[in-house]
Parts: sequence; C-alpha cells; structure tokens
Amino acid sequence: MSKSTLTLNERRLKRRNIAYKTMGQCFIWLVLILMYIPIMVLIVYSFTKATNIGTWTGFSFGLYSDLFTSKTGHEIMVALGNTVLIAVISAVLSTLLGTCGAIGAFYSKRKAKEVIETTTQIPVVNAEIVMALSLTVMFVFIQSYMLGGSNVFGFWTLLFGHMVLEVPFVYLSVKPKLEQMDPALYEAALDLGCTQGQALRKATLPEIFPGILSGFMLSITLSLDDFIVTAFTRGAGLLSGDKNISTLSTLVQEKIKKGPIPPEMRALTTLIFVVVLLIAIGITIYRNRTVKKVRKGREG
Amino acid sequence: MEEKQTIIALKHVTKSFEDGVTVVDDFNLDVKEGEFITILGPSGCGKTTTLRMIAGFELPSSGEILLNGQDISLLPPNKRPVNTVFQHYALFPHLDVYDNVAFGLRLKKVPVETVNRKGEKVIKMKRLPAKVIDEKVARALHVVDLDEMEDRDVSTLSGGQQQRVAIARAIVNEPKVLLLDEPLSALDHKMRKDMQVELKEMHKRLGITFFYVTHDQEEALTMSDRIIVMSRGVIQQIGTPEDIYNEPVNAFVADFIGESNIYNGTMMSGTTVRFIGGTWTCPKEEGFEVNEKVDIVIRPEDVLLGQEGKGVVDGVIVGKIFKGVHYEFTINVGKNEVLCRDTHDHEVGAKVSISVEPNNIQLMHKKLTINEFTDAVIDKANNVIIGEDAYECDVTQLLTGSHLDEDGYLISKDGKKYDLNGCPVIAEIALDKVEISDDLSSGNTQGEIIAAVWIGDHYQYIIRTEDEEDFIVNSPYSWMVHDTVALSVAKEDIVLRLKKGIEDYEID
Repeated sequence: MSKSTLTLNERRLKRRNIAYKTMGQCFIWLVLILMYIPIMVLIVYSFTKATNIGTWTGFSFGLYSDLFTSKTGHEIMVALGNTVLIAVISAVLSTLLGTCGAIGAFYSKRKAKEVIETTTQIPVVNAEIVMALSLTVMFVFIQSYMLGGSNVFGFWTLLFGHMVLEVPFVYLSVKPKLEQMDPALYEAALDLGCTQGQALRKATLPEIFPGILSGFMLSITLSLDDFIVTAFTRGAGLLSGDKNISTLSTLVQEKIKKGPIPPEMRALTTLIFVVVLLIAIGITIYRNRTVKKVRKGREG
Repeated sequence: MEEKQTIIALKHVTKSFEDGVTVVDDFNLDVKEGEFITILGPSGCGKTTTLRMIAGFELPSSGEILLNGQDISLLPPNKRPVNTVFQHYALFPHLDVYDNVAFGLRLKKVPVETVNRKGEKVIKMKRLPAKVIDEKVARALHVVDLDEMEDRDVSTLSGGQQQRVAIARAIVNEPKVLLLDEPLSALDHKMRKDMQVELKEMHKRLGITFFYVTHDQEEALTMSDRIIVMSRGVIQQIGTPEDIYNEPVNAFVADFIGESNIYNGTMMSGTTVRFIGGTWTCPKEEGFEVNEKVDIVIRPEDVLLGQEGKGVVDGVIVGKIFKGVHYEFTINVGKNEVLCRDTHDHEVGAKVSISVEPNNIQLMHKKLTINEFTDAVIDKANNVIIGEDAYECDVTQLLTGSHLDEDGYLISKDGKKYDLNGCPVIAEIALDKVEISDDLSSGNTQGEIIAAVWIGDHYQYIIRTEDEEDFIVNSPYSWMVHDTVALSVAKEDIVLRLKKGIEDYEID
C-alpha cells in the first residue's frame, strides 16, 4: 500500500502505535537498568583496593588475590563453604521430604489432605522471625530439659532450621504438578505390570520432576540468602571448629558491626554473579539445543 | 465348532462406595473366549466401575470375578493378565512411542532354564532380551498401522495416532482380555467411524477377548458380538445387537438403543392392545393379561403412513426432516407424537393415517412400582402439569437448600435465581399416595376406573383420566370398574426430577 492511500486517521493511529511502543520499550529498559546498575557498580569497584566504596585507587586484581590469601579472605571462604554446604544438604533433604509429603497428601483422603495442606502452608505466610524464635526456644527447651544443659546449637540445629524453612516451598511447587497429572497414568503403569513402587517411579516421578526441580532450586536460594533463621539456630560449625558457624550473611553482619564491609566481599560477590550468569546461559543453551534423536536399538 | 470356553465370569459382583451408594448391583456375566462384548449405558450407570473392577483398580464389595475359573477379584492390577485402553489414552508423555509400547514388556519376567555352576539345570526368572522386545514392539505397531513412528514423541501425535499407540501398548503384552474404556470418545466423528471398523478387524485378527465400555449405542451395535445394557448399576438386558434392537425387554433399553416410539398401553385381549387412542393388533404373546399395563415400542422405520382413515389412527404431520435416504416425520396423534421414517415425501400439515405390522409392535411388561409421568411440565404458579391437570407440588426439591421468593422464582443456597416456568420434568407418585374419592367436586382430576385387581390385602386400580393419563392406585377400598372417581395427590407426595440441568433455567 502506497503512503498516499493512508487516510489521516490511519496515519494518526500508526503514529500513536509507534508512540506506545517506544514508551513500553523505554519502561523495560528503565527497569532493567535499575536492576543491573548496582551489580555493575559492584563489579567495577571489585577491581580497586579502596576500603571505602566510592574512592578509586587505581585498577588492581588485589581484592581477588586477597580473597584467597588474606585472613579476612580465609574467613570469607570458610563462610562460603558453610553456606554452600548447608544450602545443598538442606535442599536435598527438604526436597526429599517435601516431595514425599506432597505425594502422600495427594493420595490421602480429603479430610487428611486439607489438614496437611493448611498446616504446611502456615509457615510460608508466617513471619520468618516467628519461626526463627520458636526454633530457638524449642532447641533451648530440648537442651535444658532433655539433654541436661549440654549445648545443642551447632551445624545440625542450623540444618534443621533451614529444612523447616524450605519444606513448605517444595511441597508448594510439587503439589500443582501432581494435580495437573492425568491420574490414569499411575493406573496405566499398574495395568502394564508395575508394582505400586515401580508405578510411582516410572509414571508419577517423571511427570512431577519439573516441580521437584524447581522446589530444589527454590530451597537452595532460600538457604543461601537466609539470615534470620541462621542467626537464631547456629552454633559451632563443621568447617570452622569451636566458634559459632558463619555463613556469608552472618559474617557480613558481624564485620559491619566493627567496621566497613570487608572489601574482599566485592570480589566474591562478583565471582558469584559470574557463576550464576554462566549457569543461566548454560541452561538457556541446553533448552534451545536442537534435539537430535538416535533411532532406537533396531538391529538390521 | 465346539463351544468356546468361558474366560471371564462375574458372579454377583456388587460395588458400593463408602457413602452408601451402590454403583454396580449384583452383576452376573459369562464372557466367552474371543468374544467382543460391550457394556452400554448412560453415564453414571456403573459400566466404567465394572470395567475397573475387572482391571483391578476397584475391588468389588461382594461377589467374585473369575478368570479361567480362578478368583482374581482381590489381585492387584499388575498381577492380572488383562490390559486396559484408557479413555484419554494415558500415554506416558515423557516417553516416545517405542518406549510407551515397550513399557509392559520391559517389566515382564519369563522363566529361563540355565545351568548353574554345579552343572544343575535351574529355572530363573529373567527379563526379556532386547531383541525379543524389539520384535514384539514392531509387530504391535504394525498391527495398529504405526510402523516407522516409534521415535516420535507422543505429544506430536494426533488423537487417532495416540489412540493406536494406547492399543499397541496394551496388546503387546498379549493379554487374555483387552479392556477398552470408551476409547473412541475423544475422537472426532469421522475418525471414530474408521476406528470402529479397525477395532473390529483387530479383534478378528488377534482373537483376544475385547471388553468394551461405551455410552454410544451406534458404536455398540456396530462392533459387538454381545451387548449388555446397564442402567443405575443393574443389567437391563444381555443379548446380540439384533436382539437388543429388535426385542428390547423394557422401555429403558428401547429408548436407549436407537430412536423409538414408546407408549403406555393397555392389553384389550390376547392380541389387541390400546394406545394413543387406537386399538392395535399385536402378536400373541404369553404372559400378558387383559387390562395389564404395558410399554409399547415401535421403531420409526416400522411406522407405515397411509391415506387418512385407512389406518388404525389418524394424525397430522407437524415436522419433516430430510435425512438423505429417507425423511423423518413427526406426526401428532391427539397429544401423542409419533416418529416415522419413510422414503416417500409428504407435506407438513398433511393428514395421514398410521398403521403398524403386528409383528413390529413390541410389547413389554411394565413394572407397576410407581406412577411415572415423563412428560410433565412446571407451570407459572410452580404447579406440575400432568396431562392437562395441574397438581400442587414442592419445586424446591429440585435443588437442595433452595427456597421460593415472593415472585415465585427459585432461589438457590448461594443466591442464584431460577425461573422454572415451562421446565420439563419427570413426576413420580407412589402407588399408595393417590387418594380416590366418590366426591367428584374434590381432588385434582377425575377418571374412570378401567381395571381393578385384588392383590393380597389391597386393590390395585388403573384409572384413566379424561386426557388419557393412567394412574395406578393401591387402595384398601373397593370400587367398581367403570366408576368415575376423583383423584387427588398431596403436595409432598409428588417427586420431581429435572430432565435438563438446573443451570438452563438460571436468570439474572
């Protein structure tokens, strides 16, 4: 269609559409910039050794080498080790527990199901401080009345605390997958000769696996970020001997009580960001790869 | 040919759920080896539950299921040599076609004779070797016409192809009985026709027993060797498709299988029966008494049209539909409708006579348990109209927890409003809830007693009202045949059922 055939109204509409489109794009860019500017600033300042952020004392990889050599750097690495260890162990255990719970509740009678659902979902909406404090009170109670006063706080209480935090979220991400699943799939597996256990493994699990995976990832994230429950339930650590176990969040909190944020943290957070970015890119590539199927083992 | 063996027998199988609802009631059936047997019934009649009990997904509350003479009622599904084709296929979405079909074979263990270290022969249970599985899968896929499809993801297949995979997945295990739970209901019309033919051929080729469940009477008639018609958990009739179509045992079967004209009639003599205002000659059959109430079934294709005055009754054509090979006419005879199929054209509004060959009048005993009026209607004042007479009734029984507002609209528990004016219902009145009186000014209507029978401790009367509705009434008092009496029914004794869903009558 040549330009001259456009009526005045059509041209006006076209202009308005372009205006809307531009506005929308501007908005998206604004949001993206607001989200990523802090990280960019952090990355830039991880390449200078100044203690105070905002001062530039020349380009250097000093913070990165400090991270692996200095005393603070060592403390940070221990805290990182603790954080990852707790995150992985608690996520694995909560995923197991939460998945079993979801499957069990799903196949329960309606009354039982409702009760289980409500009781597991209260912790999700509950304030974290309530959970943290109640955990501490419970541990102290166990310590003084059941174990005769010997200290229970340590790695195991911390692990328990994180699991309490994560299990409801795993349950929440597995449940909808179970509800979406065609109930006849499980019956079909039984019909074709599976025992109940085999049917669960071969028919139900593959169906709800995306839910289990997202529950696991959610658990890892929750645990990595957690400060409140950690602060209330930690004790002596597995990696750092007799002192209070430190995770990244509690370590930073302790450090800023006495002085500035340890500059090595800037190097570490940059590294964490890069690792997460690489993983995200990897997942995207894996998902978009063209599937080349191998023909089944047909002979001849 | 020698008599085929019974492969599956259901003996007094009953299934009640915890809430006390009995969905299958005293089901008895012998299935012969290699038979194509179909359970046919409307939804909720217990047909799927019966199938699920054979498959092992439900356990019968009582009775037993025998397979080759062995009781399998309590075996888990994986121990039963039967396989199921599910209504929505239930293919495993995470597996491709090959793996779906091979699923059952990979679980199977067969006894293999091997020699152990001491040189003794021992029988070990071993999984099938990959090569055997491969051959069987290829054969099964060939049977369902899906060669070369084994690497496809099931989600990329069309409905018909998924259907075939589901069948292949079941037959590859060489089951003794193949259970099919409405397998064609998710396909479009054309596909369904093709699959019907294919299923029938597959059945012939494989020689295994097919146990099919459907609500589609045409499907049942096309494919089955024998049909079981079920309603409300009870078997109504078992027979070949021809038997079921030509000689339905009751009005339910007749109505469910094919289109039919069903009327209430009264035997006048051994070979005459009166219905829709005419006296018809019918075949002489044993067991029908004079004045007995009967159901009459006439198939539309058996109704013969003729010149006015030359048949048994006269009527007016009020509807005509061209169906390709024939016309379908609706003819009003008094207040009754007659459905007729004829290859000759007639004008709408033409007056015609109707006759039927005696052999095509199918008589059926009526169960005299309740007065059922299937063409009742609710009127503006929320009365129920039976025939032409209005009876007071309680319409709030149609929706639990509802009440009537001052304008006469039905208000549900959650505040929705329904207008029941003109709503067709089925009205039921128990035999002993109809009051008879000599005082003709009282009561809802008047009628003539046309039959009276003394049954042990009471009389049973058949009373015909002026608009030809028949009431069956139990009463301890004596009246004479041909007496005219007044009938009345208390408001709370009329039980109503909706013909359509209540949501059709919702208004804002």
